Amino acid sequence: MSQAFSPAKQCERRLATVAVLWIAFLAWPLLAGNDYVLSLGVYFFINLLLIGGLNLLMGFGGQISLCQAGFFGLGAYVSGVLSVRAGWPPHAGVAAALILSTVSALAIGLPALRLRGNYLAMATLGFNAILTVLFTELVGLTGGPNGLSGIPPIILAGVDFGSPQRFYYLAWAAGGLCMALLAVFLSSRAGRALRAVAASEVAAASMGINAFNAKLLAFMFSAGAAGLAGALYAHFNQYASPETFNFSASVLIVVMVALGGWGQYWGPIFGAAVFTAVPELLHKFQDAELLVFGAGMIVVLLFLPQGIAGCVAPIATRIAAGMTLLARTRATRP
Amino acid sequence: MLEVRSLRAGYGRAQVLHDLHFSIAAGEFCALIGANGAGKSTTLKGLAGLLRPIGGTVQFDGEPIERLPAARILRAGLALVPEGRRVFGPLSVRDNLQMGAFTRLFPRKDPGTARQFEFVLETFPRLRERLDQPAGTLSGGEQQMLAIARALMSSPRLLMLDEPSMGLAPLVVQQVFEVLANLARNGLTLLVSEQNATAALAFADHGHVLEAGRIVQSGTARSLRDDPKVREAYLGI
Repeated sequence: MSQAFSPAKQCERRLATVAVLWIAFLAWPLLAGNDYVLSLGVYFFINLLLIGGLNLLMGFGGQISLCQAGFFGLGAYVSGVLSVRAGWPPHAGVAAALILSTVSALAIGLPALRLRGNYLAMATLGFNAILTVLFTELVGLTGGPNGLSGIPPIILAGVDFGSPQRFYYLAWAAGGLCMALLAVFLSSRAGRALRAVAASEVAAASMGINAFNAKLLAFMFSAGAAGLAGALYAHFNQYASPETFNFSASVLIVVMVALGGWGQYWGPIFGAAVFTAVPELLHKFQDAELLVFGAGMIVVLLFLPQGIAGCVAPIATRIAAGMTLLARTRATRP
Repeated sequence: MLEVRSLRAGYGRAQVLHDLHFSIAAGEFCALIGANGAGKSTTLKGLAGLLRPIGGTVQFDGEPIERLPAARILRAGLALVPEGRRVFGPLSVRDNLQMGAFTRLFPRKDPGTARQFEFVLETFPRLRERLDQPAGTLSGGEQQMLAIARALMSSPRLLMLDEPSMGLAPLVVQQVFEVLANLARNGLTLLVSEQNATAALAFADHGHVLEAGRIVQSGTARSLRDDPKVREAYLGI
């Protein structure tokens, strides 16, 4: 049986690679010359949560959410408002953000995912619009168009995570946890069901799979990851403003999922790297990043349907195989 | 083995099946023939639990199953190969077969699954050669074989197939039906819905003719092949 099916093996391989990568990521604070470059590392992990969560829903579940930035904002404002206006400790706010974004996904998914087809895209499109209006108009709570300022930094077990040096490890842990959870989820009963549902809902149903449950779970995970990303963002940035979380931001995250690699486990790593680095590299040219992202999308659609991960993964596998072979020949040499 | 009594089903306001009666004995290879829109797919979906019937009863080995969810019906031993094959294209052949055993692999792995995996690969040797290939790259005939193999992974006692000949070359249709006849000889009960009445009645033991949501004729495959009305309407002779 072990050679017949091996979902567990794939999961173990992924977890091992994540562990190696994340140990390597620990070097970033040492390499980064200043706080600004270091903070890019923090944004990388925050973007990874956004893109990784959405990739589960889009790439593996075949459903599109146009509200990933909305949930991102929901997380940021829930945690931000609770700590600024209600005096909650930031970590309690982060927990509330995670819970509330997951629960609102449940509320949207319950009616929208019962229908076969892309009703979720329509429902989430509307929800993002509603959230943007709320962020802007609830001036008393959110600070309106001027944004919410004075969000306190996270203090956990007496450690103040106000500086980028310390916050980096928090974001690092959240990103790693997200990737590990995804690896475990994809090889679990629910994860396999999700992939089958995306490939054919009719066939999945005749295998005894409840398509609705699988899709709802993926949607809740993706929203929860975005909510967590938002809360981390708010306490790191100590400021949040509505335009960060509008509809076009949601579309950009969808583009990043595709650019990184639609339905590729490693896709979000590349998507997040591009999403973090490109705007910084193009700082001199105002708004040029949209042009670059648009062109990137066209290139992906035409030439790289598997995204960046789809063309890097085979090379990485070959290198890994070559290294194992090399190690073996060395070991057997007398 | 299967007793369908006064089954009524439909979509929204459109009722498709009106008072369907038929039964299948254990070990029988049964064909459900009829034109497009007669209600063949609706019948199979209703039996598999993919569509909740409006009324009537379905008894499987004496147990009522018409209100059960699809997963429970599958576990009771009734599997469906959906219309148009519907293999999981991006997944490998191996993963497709695994999904077929979904209700047996989780939460605890049923040791019988490994045996069934071997049995299925013996039945379809071509699939063994292609185990790690994405199912979407198989030919139409191979995909149909995979769809049947996948359904067999749940070790059903009654296998239902919705239009297995759809979109396949005549020679491949022949091969598919030969495999089915072979499974029937080894004791599997089969219910095949087909527009291709010639192929279905050439291999099945029994046939039911479905017209506008009602069974209008039943009998042995031979008697239906010889019936002038069936010959004219479905066999084109």
